[in-house]
Amino acid sequence: MATVTKTWKLFIGGAFPRTESGRTIKAVAGGTVHHLCKASRKDLRDAVEAARAAQPKWASSTAYLRGQILYRLAEMLEARRGEFIEAIRATSRVTPRKAKAEVEASIEHVVSFAGWTDKIAIVLGSQNPVAGPFYTFTGIEATGVVGVLAPDESPLLGALALACPALAAGNAVVLAASERHPIPALVLSEALATSDVPGGVCNILTGEHAELVPAMATHRDIDAIVAAARGKHAAALKAGAAENMKRVTIVDPVSDFTEPRWRSPVAFRGVTEAKTIWMPSMA
Amino acid sequence: MQPAQAIDWSYAPAPETFPVELSPEHGLFIGGKFVDPRSRKHFDTVDPATEKKLSRVAEAGKADVDAAVKAAQKAFKGWSRLRPAERAGYLFRIARRIQERARELAVLESMDNGKPIKETRDVDVPLVAQHFFHHAGWCDKLAHAVPGVEPRPIGVCAQVIPWNFPLLMAAWKIAPALACGNTVVLKPAETTPLTALRLAEILQEVDLPPGVVNIVTGAGETGRLLVEHPNVQKVAFTGSTDVGKRIARACAGTDKRLTLELGGKSPNIIFADAPMDQAIEGIVNGIWFNQGQVCCAGSRLLVEESVVDEVIGRLTHRMRSLRVGNPLDKNTDVGAINSRAQLERVNSFIECGVREGADRIVCFDGALPDTGYWVAPTLFRGVQPAHTIAREEIFGPVLTVLTFRTPDEAIARANDTNYGLSAGVWTSRASKAYEVAAGVKAGVVWLNTFNQFDATSPFGGFKESGFGREGGRAGLAAYLA
Repeated sequence: MATVTKTWKLFIGGAFPRTESGRTIKAVAGGTVHHLCKASRKDLRDAVEAARAAQPKWASSTAYLRGQILYRLAEMLEARRGEFIEAIRATSRVTPRKAKAEVEASIEHVVSFAGWTDKIAIVLGSQNPVAGPFYTFTGIEATGVVGVLAPDESPLLGALALACPALAAGNAVVLAASERHPIPALVLSEALATSDVPGGVCNILTGEHAELVPAMATHRDIDAIVAAARGKHAAALKAGAAENMKRVTIVDPVSDFTEPRWRSPVAFRGVTEAKTIWMPSMA
Repeated sequence: MQPAQAIDWSYAPAPETFPVELSPEHGLFIGGKFVDPRSRKHFDTVDPATEKKLSRVAEAGKADVDAAVKAAQKAFKGWSRLRPAERAGYLFRIARRIQERARELAVLESMDNGKPIKETRDVDVPLVAQHFFHHAGWCDKLAHAVPGVEPRPIGVCAQVIPWNFPLLMAAWKIAPALACGNTVVLKPAETTPLTALRLAEILQEVDLPPGVVNIVTGAGETGRLLVEHPNVQKVAFTGSTDVGKRIARACAGTDKRLTLELGGKSPNIIFADAPMDQAIEGIVNGIWFNQGQVCCAGSRLLVEESVVDEVIGRLTHRMRSLRVGNPLDKNTDVGAINSRAQLERVNSFIECGVREGADRIVCFDGALPDTGYWVAPTLFRGVQPAHTIAREEIFGPVLTVLTFRTPDEAIARANDTNYGLSAGVWTSRASKAYEVAAGVKAGVVWLNTFNQFDATSPFGGFKESGFGREGGRAGLAAYLA
């Protein structure tokens, strides 16, 4: 009997559509040729639309609820542990031990950010002792829709390290998977679909970064970009971002994402806004 | 308008029937196991709504407390050195198991404490789960909570908790202690030990390393043995100011770290421009929530003079709709007083209020149950600031009403107490709300709301309401060296 091979698709608005372009890219993993979707500009626009629609409700749900939902995502990753290890091992040809370590670090990363949701404001917010009869407080809000460009090294952990701070803070994410090793991110899309993360809050595209980068950079409804990029991609993102003042965070694609800084408050810099409220203190 | 007709407002019974298995006898939880007490002593815990015995519980003596502290000492090394993410894993799993066993815990709490199932189900138990979840998240983030110093645990924590929020107080104590890498010996109140022991089962289910949490049941003497134990590095107590002072004296001359969350006589300040419908609900919630057995209860109502008749009129009308009775009935608003001793204490305050000349108003038309410990929701008007019922913590469903004319007078009256746990301010003007909030000496001030609690939000008092905070970043300080 012939085995049934999986059709890999995009993940947009909680659903799994094929690319509207009809184009595919080949990816070889574990001796099997996979035909993945080569997302187009239009797919990116659809993903941004889904993200924009989902973001306000995600941001206004309580931090505690977002924390529990991200913890649920970690539970779903744990349930697919074997599948992730296999996907990482098969596509990026690392040792099984290294693949296992990456998956474990990834699960721990999501749990850590499940614990961040209700502490971002505690750690980054402030009461401001202004020199006048006012109470002023600075709260922390999500920036909005965040485009994430995942690195090829550590294709799962890298994607999560860049996406989790945005998600924890209440942003919606459009994630461009690692170009060379996209399958782990596609397994992630299946974990997301079975978690309680609302549809549209995290969207995942596969395709050529050379195509997706300029589209992402100039899209006027993306508010921030966190990208593992170098050279001309990094420059293109910054130049395109200037059009609508996107906040751009450029990350070295070859980073050790297990370092503590990836789980520290620094991670929220490019994906949060400080809002200060003034109120007279005298009746 | 149609003339008011006599309407029968009585509800059909709606008992919560979730089955809770209860073993006839409970041991002590030491070193990860339930053990018989070396003291060979036991005591009964009863359902305050029926006065029926629920179970027999071990009374920990000196040898038992020694064993518990020893187990906590032994566990400290491993627990404090565990990778923070692994510590977090245990706490997250505890939170999950509490959510999974939520209804069982709520029913058991209502049985042992007497508080309405509505409260245990919708307030106590969800907050318990949240407290563990929130603190689970702190484990690997302590460096960001107290920047500039390396976060280090203190050691073995002796924690003594009261009967008014038995499981919630256990969570408030255990979760931050564990998150910071400490180990614990907890003593629940003698009238409400059952949910803490059920929590011990959950700790077993998640394979928490033995000795990280130990639970010794008993009364005041067990508590004294625990807090005075020489191998305890930190004492945390929630309860009366009298006992808190005794503990502070006992810890003097030692290096033990101490936090105390004690009594209150909290002002709830109603300005004439308050959003009145919400204010009335806030007053009701402030004093009749948990039968008024709340350390931060809004037990002193301060009303701007021009609206005092309106407020009392609306309040007495609202009081008539409170349902007093079976704690396990889903419609019950006010349940049983926790113990006979507490019932007698509340009644003696009510008698004292009448004797000193205040006007007692009871707005309860039904009959209180024949068995159990009950007090009908009561308010006193015509109260003078010097009256006993305006000064001492009653810890029951008894509200005293005083008046004021200006914001300054409201602040002065609010602060005319040795306590400083909480305060409520009701006004439609934000600037006035903040000005009064700034003037009131209290650890928690609620503006246009009351009795709000959250794991992220520090709770604790000024003055003789104790020191130290529980919850949020401020709460972690109590458990870090």
